[in-house]
Amino acid sequence: MEQKKTILVTGAAGALAKKVIDKLKKDYKIIAVDFRTKVDLGIPVESYKVDFNKRIFEDIFREHDFDGIIHLGRITAQELNRFTRYNANVIGTRKLFDLARKYNVPKTVVMSTYFVYGASAYNPSLLDETTPLKASELTMDLVDSVELENLSTIYLYKHPELNITVLRPCNIAGPGVRNTFSMLFSEKRSPVLWGFSPLMQFIHIDDMRDAIVTAFEKNIPGVYNVAPDDYIGLQDAIKAAGSTTIPIPSIPPVLTEAVAKFLNWKSFPSYLINYFKYPVIIDGSLFAKTFHFKPKKTLDDIFTYYRSLK
Amino acid sequence: MAESKTGVFKKIFNDKSIEEYINVFPNRVGSFGFDAWGFNIRNMKSNMRLTKFLYESFFKVETFGLENVPTNGRCLIIPNHSGQLPFDGMLVGYSLLTNPNGARAPKAMVERFLPSVPFIGNWLSSVGAVIGDPINCERMLDNEEAIIVFPEGTRGSNKLYKHRYQLQRFGAGFMHLAMKHNAPIIPVAIIGMEESIRSYADIKPLAKLFGIPVMPLVIPFIFPSKVYIYFGKPIHFENDVYKEHEIKERVEKVKSAISKLLKQGLEKRASETSNK
Repeated sequence: MEQKKTILVTGAAGALAKKVIDKLKKDYKIIAVDFRTKVDLGIPVESYKVDFNKRIFEDIFREHDFDGIIHLGRITAQELNRFTRYNANVIGTRKLFDLARKYNVPKTVVMSTYFVYGASAYNPSLLDETTPLKASELTMDLVDSVELENLSTIYLYKHPELNITVLRPCNIAGPGVRNTFSMLFSEKRSPVLWGFSPLMQFIHIDDMRDAIVTAFEKNIPGVYNVAPDDYIGLQDAIKAAGSTTIPIPSIPPVLTEAVAKFLNWKSFPSYLINYFKYPVIIDGSLFAKTFHFKPKKTLDDIFTYYRSLK
Repeated sequence: MAESKTGVFKKIFNDKSIEEYINVFPNRVGSFGFDAWGFNIRNMKSNMRLTKFLYESFFKVETFGLENVPTNGRCLIIPNHSGQLPFDGMLVGYSLLTNPNGARAPKAMVERFLPSVPFIGNWLSSVGAVIGDPINCERMLDNEEAIIVFPEGTRGSNKLYKHRYQLQRFGAGFMHLAMKHNAPIIPVAIIGMEESIRSYADIKPLAKLFGIPVMPLVIPFIFPSKVYIYFGKPIHFENDVYKEHEIKERVEKVKSAISKLLKQGLEKRASETSNK
């Protein structure tokens, strides 16, 4: 019998990684790692809690002959301080790429985010992959996201043998997702900025899982936005999810920031204020064409799920 | 007996007559009625009801040459700009929304600072306004949209009353886009808006203080001046010149086409007024 190929999946504690592992475990041997915790993913998935920056991380590469890496692990701004996060997300990813080179891992999928483009009043719509990444201009809390992207792009072109595919998805939503906008939809009353309802895109977690698996299996290196060509204003989305809105003063900006810091809500972090104001609409057509990808779940499927929670 | 204010508002917001236009728009929108630039079909309905009042009852707009506007496919609608507030864009937009030859919801390029104004930014994008970024314009032309561009910008809309009907300097961006994307240009002359809000000075220090392009000193009243909109014949330009001075020559051709329409319209208005 042919031996199953082995994949390293990082960020195993996240809802998306669990979905990816669940989908791949039948056909691949999965080694799951997470910076935060050892996750019980059941037999046959081997799981480790490991810091990428510790020497012991290399033991995992020594023990397993990886055929690919799906790098979903990311410490978010809500979890740890900026310094630790930078070390884990940026320096840790560099360590991962170096080990991938050393142990001849032939392909890697890296998860990024549309946040890297930055939310600005001057953004045109349908940003494509060549658009400059301006999130660092807005807040130091997104520097690690931009740096991770830059690092991945450097390795993508400097070390083509790594076959790196970087995915920049729009907002991921659905069961188990704990990002900012998912939390807004889960709450009965959700903060919004008074007078602002930026246009947004949402992709269901199941579709994002399929996008990652497709990108991994087809292995066409490059940087890709992942987003459906369907849109909704944030306040309309919150209402569609069955929540009511709590308007936060939007002018002057210093007052908004002071209120966000004072409230300290996970669903309204001060570093994302601009994303509550201005649209960041990305063009997902390159990924859709290259990988023949079309999301199966609609916006209504997403909001129906959140309404069912209430 | 005159209708009460409540009666007028009820009439405006319960007006079902615009449905016939909404239902035939060729514009592509997603499952919640939005497109990629924030245009929203639901907001469009309520906005059209309000604009209908402005168009038919307040400014009593008369249009000429609507048959010159393509009923589908890409095009650039290039009018003169006037009236301090963006009523001119709304009226040109409404005339296309209710074009008896084929209704379509146009996009309009607006000042870049507008999305940062609470409520206004959102409302504008929901009715088809898009920040004046060439990338947006290119994408929309590829999407076969009709786009209203005011090449004079605030130089035109916020000029002083004493400069009325004098076309200001035109930016050349629209010409580059028309040539590159093979989009016909429809020159448009708007007559009557110059008289609706009259500016007598630009208070530059106040504009600087508030970080806005102009601070006009105006009579705080919108005069219900009758508005005439003239749509000229489409002008096509091949993508065969590259030097900036050649492109500017083409911009001047469009400017002179608008100038000609303005002259004809003003003469017609003057003769009608003298005949009354």
